[in-house]
Parts: sequence; structure tokens; C-alpha cells
Amino acid sequence: MENKGLTKVDLIFESIDIMKVMKKAFEMTSDEIIQQILESGLKGRGGAGFPTGLKWKYTAAEKDPEKYIVCNADEGEPGTFKDREILDKVASKVYAGMTIAGKAMGARKGFIYLRGEYRFLLPQLFAELHKFHKLINEIGYDFSIEYRMGSGAYICGEESALFESIEGFRGEPRNKPPYPTVSGLFSKPTSINNVETLVTSVMIIEKGANEYFKLGTKDSRGSKVFSISGDTPIPGIFELELGMTVQEFVNEFGDGDTKAVQVGGASGFCVPRKKFKDTIIGFEGVPTGGSMKLFNSSRSMYNVLHNYLDFFAEESCGQCTPCRVGCQQLLKGVEKVKKGESKSTYLNELVKLADTMKVASKCGLGQSVGNAFKSIVENFREEIIY
Amino acid sequence: MYHTGNMVKELAEKHGRKRESLMPILQDIVKKYNYLTDEAMVEVATELDISAAEVYGTASFYTFLDTQERGKNVIRVCKTITCSMKGKNDIISTLEDILKIKVGETTPDKMFTLLETNCIGWCHKAPAILINDMPYTDLTPETVIDVVKGYMR
Repeated sequence: MENKGLTKVDLIFESIDIMKVMKKAFEMTSDEIIQQILESGLKGRGGAGFPTGLKWKYTAAEKDPEKYIVCNADEGEPGTFKDREILDKVASKVYAGMTIAGKAMGARKGFIYLRGEYRFLLPQLFAELHKFHKLINEIGYDFSIEYRMGSGAYICGEESALFESIEGFRGEPRNKPPYPTVSGLFSKPTSINNVETLVTSVMIIEKGANEYFKLGTKDSRGSKVFSISGDTPIPGIFELELGMTVQEFVNEFGDGDTKAVQVGGASGFCVPRKKFKDTIIGFEGVPTGGSMKLFNSSRSMYNVLHNYLDFFAEESCGQCTPCRVGCQQLLKGVEKVKKGESKSTYLNELVKLADTMKVASKCGLGQSVGNAFKSIVENFREEIIY
Repeated sequence: MYHTGNMVKELAEKHGRKRESLMPILQDIVKKYNYLTDEAMVEVATELDISAAEVYGTASFYTFLDTQERGKNVIRVCKTITCSMKGKNDIISTLEDILKIKVGETTPDKMFTLLETNCIGWCHKAPAILINDMPYTDLTPETVIDVVKGYMR
């Protein structure tokens, strides 16, 4: 187990000369840009962790003259708020990332899908975008970005639901394949990347893939912006090198009484105290889009689980049966067990249902409800029953 | 109830009459009036030349595209785990007391609607609420009263 310890990093919010990085990228060929991103080992920062370089490579390989780069700013995972901070502080780096990605795969048009909850940021984001468009027009580069707003639907963070929403439909995920790199927004080849991923790719071009590769571990290269909340004396946004254990994280951010950490939000995993030392935060252990919630011993894990299930039951799009019915039944099921209306062994049936949802649900929402459900039920069974 | 007058037509001119124009048009109506009336949705359907059922079907999917009457100021209290742990219930009961309505209701003068919502991305400054588009964070029962009073004038 490779363990890097806890190290603070400053890449995402570092102020840089945007024009210099873009000029550097414009002097590279499409293949050279993609090669840099591939060599850096960067995986998507939204949570799913697909290698960014591959996504760009697949999109670049499509022959269609019309392609899109979409920035996913529909940050809805409970406990995640780092994309808002990135857009608030360094929006021009997001725009630069989209432009460089566009150059790499031959897209002239970018869309940013911003969640409705962040609408208050729009005036400043538009002002930044206006400046940015002027800047790239001056050097005669043809690329433009438009904002599209969400309207309070968690599921629209799922890439194909997001496309449906931009196209003016209900945010219901599509069947895959075809994947977005082949047929995405408006059925055109599309690379859809998280806000932080795009900024990270700018920093990889700026520093060089080799420099970035030095950070992190074999499975989790680089650094990550973490959104830290719950029972901690220092809640907020911190950029940390990947590869620390949950124990090291808790030593820094805990309140001395941490009994569990929910890594990756409601769709992530709950790590109990006894596993802190042996669990790496990253793709080799518990992956995260940045959401880190700490719970101390005063918290009921039943309440935590109930809150998550209530969230999923409301946010499931309702399109596929395993997720629509599964979320409702898990919620009702734990309520029954808690009230003593069902035997504690009923929890085993619910775990089986969560497993079924994982294989049978259409998209990531239904597939990952079981992550939190199982990790909380297995580690805090007594709190769910009594 | 409100009458859109020329608004829908103007929005269709601004955003276009394609299917992808639908969300921006509905969002702009909601930005002004806080909810969509049946009449407004039918007008949008006519402008975009799609069925009213398509418009309603899309609008009703999105939490923020309300199809029920809402007040001039919509208060959404975050109920997801961190806000819930950090005193969301106290915020709700304070708001219910000063507005004299329950969650889901609108004041008789149509000034305020009180709702709960899922994570709005302010977990590090919980508890948090949205009033229309504006977030208010690190609230206590005392400070939330001041915030809401600012909207009473």
C-alpha cells in the first residue's frame, strides 16, 4: 500500500498567466496535448474517475466536424462545494481548460452546465467570460463558451441526463453505449469534464505532465480539492495530495472524536474508525469527487443513512424500476427495522436489494445507492436496528 | 396568478424557438414570477410548436421550475445531512414562527413561500438557505430572522 501522507498543495487556485498557458497549448499539436494529459495520469475529478486523456483521445478520434466540450458544473453531490469555489475564484482557468480541451479534440464550442443553486454567481461569471472571449478573439482563435443553467435536479450531474437537460428535455439518463465521446450533446461527439478536471489539465500543460505525475500514487495521480464538512473544527475547501489514509485525514481535520467519515458524498462510502488506518483516500481505496463528511460519536448513523435514502428517493429520476422502487423500499425498509415492525434480519434482504440495484440500474445514481447503504449497514448495524 | 403579456413571445425571440430553448425560457419566467402558470406553459408550447404536455412534463421534472403558485420570495432551507446536523430544524421552526406558515405553504399576502430543498453546496457553512437565488449561510435562529426581515420591506 503506497501512502503519501497528508500534504497541502496549491495548484487549482494558484494564479497563473492564462494567455501564456494557452499560447503554449496552441503551439502543441492535438496529439501532444492529449499525450501530456495521458502521461499525467489525470482521472476525472467529478467522482467517477475516468482517465481524462482517454476521453479527449476518443473524442478527438471522431471524424464529425461538429464536436462539443461540456463543463459539468452541476455539483450536486451532498458535501461537495469545491466547484463553486473554483468558479468563484478562478473561472478564467476553467474557460482556458475548455479552450485547450477544444483545441485537443477539434471542438469550437463549449457549454458550461451550472446548477441552479449557483445562479447568484452568474453576473461575475459572465463578466469573466466576456473578458476571456475578448482575449482569445485578439489572438484570432475561434472558440466560444455558453452557460446553460440547471433547475434543481441532482440527476443532471449524470453526463447523459445533463445533455438531455441542455437539449430541453427531462433530465433522464440515456442508455450507454453510445458513449458521449461518440454521441453526446445534440448527438455529436462530446467530451464532458468536471470543473476541477479542466483546471487541472491547464496546470498539467503549465507545469508539464512529469511534474504532475510526481504527485499522488500509482492509482491516484496528482492532487485533489476536498470539500470538508460535518464535525470538524475547520470546515472548508482544501487542496491535498492524493494518497493519504483516512487516519491521516482525520488527524488533521477531525475533532478528536471522529467515529466515521463519509467519503464521496451520499453515493460514496462510509469508513468507520476501525478502518481509518488501512483505507487510502483515492481510487485504490475510497474514491471521492471531493466530498468528505466527518461524524463524531454524538451522531446517529441511522439518521445519516435515513437522510441519504430520503435524498435518493427524491432525486431518482424515476425512469428505471430498480432505482425508482429500490430507493423507496430501502428507505421504508430501514424505517420498519428501526420501529421494530420488521426483524433485524430484514436488513440482509435490503442489502440484497442494494446489490440488485447496483447491477440493474441504468445510471450511476441507482448503481451507487448501495455504496453508502451497505457501508453504513455493515459497519453500524446496531445503530440501524436499535 | 399573473399574466405574462408579451413576455413569452419576447423570450422566444431572445432564446429561439427550438426545443433547446425550452429550459432557458421556463427559467426566465420563473426568475420573474417564481412559478409557472398553466397559461404560461400553454403559451410556451404554442411559441415552440410542441404540445403543452411536453412543456409540463419537462417543467415538472425540475424542482426549481415550480408549477404551483409561489410567493414573491421563495425560501428553500437545505435539509441534507450537514445542514440537518447543524440546526436545520431550528431554522425551520423559527421561519414557521415568524412567517406563520408551515413548510410547503405560502403566506396569505403571497410574499413568502417556505420550502425544504436538497444539498445546495454550503455544507462547510451550515445551516444554509436560499432566498430566491441568494444563499445565506452560517445561520442561527437569530440571524435568519434578520435575513428574512430584509425581504419584508
